[in-house]
Amino acid sequence: MALPNKPLGELKAVRDPEVEEREVDVLIVGGGMAACGTAFEVHKWLKDGQSVLLCDKAAMERSGAVAQGLSAINTYIGENSPDDYVRMVRNDLMGLVREDLIFDLGCHVDDSVHLFEEWGLPIWKKTEDGKNLDGKKGQKMGTLKSGAQPVRTGKWQIMINGESYKRIVAEAAKLALGEDNIIERCFIVELLLDANVENQIAGAVGFSVRENKVYVIKCKTMMVACGGAVNIYQPRSVGEGKGRAWYPVWNAGSTYTMAMKVGAELTMMENRFTPARFKDGYGPVGAWFLLFKAKTLNGLGEPYAGSDAAKAELERYAPYGTAAITPTCLRNHLMLFEMKEGRGPIIMDTVTALAELGATMDKKELKHLESEAWEDFLDMTCGQANLWCAQDCEPEKKNSEIMPTEPYLLGSHSGCCGLWASGPDLDWVPDDYKIKARNGKVYKQMTTVEGLFTSGDGVGGSGHKFSSGSHAEGRIAAKQMVRYATDFADFTPTLKQSNEELVDLVYKPVRTYLDNCDYTTMADINPNYIKPNGMMYRLMKATHEYGAGTATYYMTTSKSLEIVMDLLQTMREDCEKLAAGDLHELMRAWEIEHRIWTVEAHLRHISFRKETRYPGFYYQADHPGQDDENWFCFVNSKFDPEKKEWDVKKVPYIKIIPD
Amino acid sequence: MPSFVIQEKCDGCKGGDKTACMYICPNDLMVLEPNEMKAYNQEPDQCWECFSCVKICPTQAIEVRGYADFVPLGSSIMPMMGTEDVMWTCKFRNGLIKRFKFPIRTTPEGAANAYADLKGQDLESNLLSTQEADGYELPVPKELA
Repeated sequence: MALPNKPLGELKAVRDPEVEEREVDVLIVGGGMAACGTAFEVHKWLKDGQSVLLCDKAAMERSGAVAQGLSAINTYIGENSPDDYVRMVRNDLMGLVREDLIFDLGCHVDDSVHLFEEWGLPIWKKTEDGKNLDGKKGQKMGTLKSGAQPVRTGKWQIMINGESYKRIVAEAAKLALGEDNIIERCFIVELLLDANVENQIAGAVGFSVRENKVYVIKCKTMMVACGGAVNIYQPRSVGEGKGRAWYPVWNAGSTYTMAMKVGAELTMMENRFTPARFKDGYGPVGAWFLLFKAKTLNGLGEPYAGSDAAKAELERYAPYGTAAITPTCLRNHLMLFEMKEGRGPIIMDTVTALAELGATMDKKELKHLESEAWEDFLDMTCGQANLWCAQDCEPEKKNSEIMPTEPYLLGSHSGCCGLWASGPDLDWVPDDYKIKARNGKVYKQMTTVEGLFTSGDGVGGSGHKFSSGSHAEGRIAAKQMVRYATDFADFTPTLKQSNEELVDLVYKPVRTYLDNCDYTTMADINPNYIKPNGMMYRLMKATHEYGAGTATYYMTTSKSLEIVMDLLQTMREDCEKLAAGDLHELMRAWEIEHRIWTVEAHLRHISFRKETRYPGFYYQADHPGQDDENWFCFVNSKFDPEKKEWDVKKVPYIKIIPD
Repeated sequence: MPSFVIQEKCDGCKGGDKTACMYICPNDLMVLEPNEMKAYNQEPDQCWECFSCVKICPTQAIEVRGYADFVPLGSSIMPMMGTEDVMWTCKFRNGLIKRFKFPIRTTPEGAANAYADLKGQDLESNLLSTQEADGYELPVPKELA
């Protein structure tokens, strides 16, 4: 008698799902900060008769990178200038950034922050005598827009009480867009090109993770903004703890993969981010460095970052290493240097920092300071707070270890990989940074595929946008998409594929499962297919060992890259045999497909760039150090969807803002 | 820190159209077992410990237990959501308890101004709708390289 073999999840997948067709002018793929910005802005520009639809893999109220909340807004220009904002980002990212995109964002980001405050986000304020008030008490100082002073931790960051940050932003987005124009739990998995107009986006296909339904959506223009890529390298915690990724664990590289598969040009995919965070819990360190002025010590108790050896090391990377603010990658580089020399682990000296701050404080102020330290975790990384509780760690009594994490790919935090997107159509923007559509017009944030826009983590070459900047970019894209849809009002999107072909594509893992699952007695082990969970481990092992993961202290070599590219090729072939028995597993199947393509682009770029641009993020042992003479340029790549070939090339960097 | 559901407290959201934890989980982890009408976390090693399910659960049936691979047993942190504040109770392994209260929003839920009546004027300009309404002037670089 055959043993009963059943899918793991509760929502079983069937062979033939229902198909729902939609046609809209503007399609928004994603539901995070960027997509919420688009949702808020788009109706302000849509004309009567134009339509819009938003598809979010999760529920907007708690989706994207801000789902858990945040304790700070890291980009608020305020009294600073967009010019200085460009200088800061450029230095942190080792000189190679799209200054047009960064400057333009600097002109718009504050408007979004002002809206957040109006909608109800509590923002800390400074009193006239220099005291800090939380976002509730601070209301009496007025709003930022009316001139009240925020609590700055660094030049660009402001403190908030941000537990409900995403709920507030999503509330405004949903009200503005209208419930009827939103499909939640709809995972868009492939973008679709037009059958008649070359290199023009025409729609997307996805599925519901709640019911057996495939969505085929046609559109004139679209934004894809689904965050960065997480769980692509073996994390430091490999059991339950691998869920405790620093960036949201559900970010699967969908933005990059879906766009690259239709031929959108990528830029700076070699860039990655390996943040140094509190060990295992991955709690934020920004407030500890900036607000509480804590220092890091090596295992010998030495403040290594200020040592002569560290200064000499930083001088090797002048002018970035010698700037007032050390670039993020170089701060990691110094940390790794200590660890490799046997002077680890690295310790955050919270005890001294709080003692020094507390020296001039009364009891009530001290209590408030302690509360601020805990809120920093509870607002955005609850698990770190629990870890401290479990370790009986009170930061005023016990120091904590910090550690660089596994690598992440993103374009909105201290990283800049993403899609090559058009700069704004302004006089000071170089022509080479403008992407023209077939009508000769320039649409900001449009990719090299006509009608396909991106925002947030998707826009390459321009990091340090964070939550507020991603929202502002989403709003900019909203207006540009309406402009595009209006200019191309006569364009009727036509898909190349039939509905049947699209269902075959999307539900392939389900059919593979149903066709083969009865062959063995254990559904997860079957020679005719591979489950997404197994493929995830295979990807992580390959990147960990060969792709400059934590196994090798972020070091790779030309030979290692050659090997890992071979492994990825096999993985892509085996993805044809992914199997999913339920809707949750079908989501995981598509996520791993997206992750593998994204990682491949990352490693292809690292192979191409024959230097080590970001020491501390990764090292190419065959090409150590920076080579400005040959590599002071962007690296762009493009996958040709017809020929199935890659083209990787150098693209000149243009300096716009003087030093 | 995977979330877990307490048998006795979970009522499956009384069989309503929306199971709260299932509705909110950003990673599609919480599911309802339809026979027992109890929710559970179907993939604990993909839990980001965002506490969205804990915060939304109407019967406070969901808590979290630290990741087995690095969190010692015995601690807990629990949020209590209000309309204006969140109250956290943090229990240490050694029994110490700390409580913190933080503001979460300054307006009533549902009151966010969506500017539903605002219509942008100039589609060709580089201004956002609210910037245009405010008469904002777009800065240009002070000096070009």
